[in-house]
Amino acid sequence: MTTAMVEARGVRKNFGVIEILKGIDLRVEKGSVTCLIGPSGSGKTTFLRCINHLEKVDAGRLYVDEHLVGYAERNGKLYEMKERQTARSRLNAGMVFQRFNLFPHMTVLENIIEAPVHVLGRPRREVVVEAQALLDRVGLGNRGHSYPQELSGGQQQRIAIARALAMKPKLMLFDEPTSALDPELVGEVLDVMKSLAEAGMTMVVVTHELGFARQVADQVVFMDGGVVVESGPPEEVLDNPRQERTKAFLSKVL
Amino acid sequence: MSEQPSVPDIKEPATSAAGDSIPVVPLKHPVRLALAIVLILVALSAAWDVAVNERYRWDIVVSYLFAPQILAGAGLTLLLTVVSMTVGIALGTLLAIMRLSDNPILSTISRGYIWFFRGTPLLVQLIFWYNIAALYPVIAFGLPFEGPSVVLGSANVLISPLGAALLGLSLNEAAYMAEIIRGGIGSVDKGQYDAARALGMSGGKLMNRVILPQAMRVVLPPTGNQVISMLKGTSLVSVLAISDLLYSAQIIYANNYQTIPLLIVASLWYLLMTTVLSFFQNKLERRYGRGFDSAPRRIRKPKTRTA
Repeated sequence: MTTAMVEARGVRKNFGVIEILKGIDLRVEKGSVTCLIGPSGSGKTTFLRCINHLEKVDAGRLYVDEHLVGYAERNGKLYEMKERQTARSRLNAGMVFQRFNLFPHMTVLENIIEAPVHVLGRPRREVVVEAQALLDRVGLGNRGHSYPQELSGGQQQRIAIARALAMKPKLMLFDEPTSALDPELVGEVLDVMKSLAEAGMTMVVVTHELGFARQVADQVVFMDGGVVVESGPPEEVLDNPRQERTKAFLSKVL
Repeated sequence: MSEQPSVPDIKEPATSAAGDSIPVVPLKHPVRLALAIVLILVALSAAWDVAVNERYRWDIVVSYLFAPQILAGAGLTLLLTVVSMTVGIALGTLLAIMRLSDNPILSTISRGYIWFFRGTPLLVQLIFWYNIAALYPVIAFGLPFEGPSVVLGSANVLISPLGAALLGLSLNEAAYMAEIIRGGIGSVDKGQYDAARALGMSGGKLMNRVILPQAMRVVLPPTGNQVISMLKGTSLVSVLAISDLLYSAQIIYANNYQTIPLLIVASLWYLLMTTVLSFFQNKLERRYGRGFDSAPRRIRKPKTRTA
């Protein structure tokens, strides 16, 4: 059995009395791309945030690179990790948000080198060279000294991807990375994500871009009402769905 | 630069193509102009009157402007302001973070502090600290409930009038600053916490590197107000017989009966100090506004526009 990058077993999550995740089972193989699709409110984003422990898991187990997320298991009990430990464990995964969430008070370059320098404590000069290479990779090599607000949404999202990559994560999480973009800017972000997938990065992508899912995903997961309804290769889930709910959803969005 | 999205430029008039220019005649504002002229005349005549009215006694103003007593008073006023604001901001930040804490005890303590120090007059607080020796003749560090303690000394010696003034002003200011800083922290987008956490930040680093610098932008303008009102508010300490700027002026005119000229002297110094402080406030606001406001550009209205 190959080792999975992400493995979820019966993951549950409540917000108050509302149960958002009702037992998610999912495997993401190393080097694969998984797209989470489904109607809004289906729990896709919450599940993604659980992988990074931005949300606490209420029940079930969630492993990232074979480490339990947010808890330490001792003597048959789960001990919640200290904030600092949780922060450390988050370094395995880079995350890209719907609304970019770049630090507006820092230039593009400062955004990218912030965490490598101030969290990992790496020498600034070395990180700046890497950051410049990342900027070139996302096609914004000449924008290092701009402030995020001076850039278009598509450019900001590409910077956000570069910022996440600067931490050399094993896994990249994308939370609807193109939903806040003007239609003509979606392509440039998807192109960067495609090249990332081709380079062998393990990716979990919450998206409404079914074209992207069909083209890039190794696994498409359809979620609805806090459960995984159907999962498999894109040609199965997107083109020959077996479940009625999947069919109904696809007929609405296609 | 080629990727810079073209902002729809609605201000640009639709001119015919190929770079021909159309002369633009600016709109005239006759009423505005007339009002401006009237106001200039009023201001000039008032200034003239102040200058030539002998009863202002400008000669006395000038002779006392750099009097050692006045200068010492101004220095003390500045010292009181700087120390009280520094302590007030530091303690206020702590109180604001406590107030926003998930721990109900911490947030309630902070809330109680703010409630008490904002709800009682500063003057009363100052007199209270001045008379603290009446309540606690001896100040000691130790365990609560009659536990062992280390005596530091007599309250009368430890808390001098200046100490009482600094204590009163600082603790009072902290309550106001706490609310200002809490508002600033609350104004930072929640996504910034997510982004910082996802990059492995937590606790103090997240606050100091990501949240507080952004809160600064919202915190600075009201803090500037606080500094200025503190500068003038320090004149309250004259009740503790501390010779700040106003009290020094009062001592002098109590002797020579030149009340107005000496108040003018004090006012000029207050004005000078607030002007200098406002200048620094502007610089700080620009520093922390980076990345938020587009760089301040002065656009001259061209007489003609080219398409």
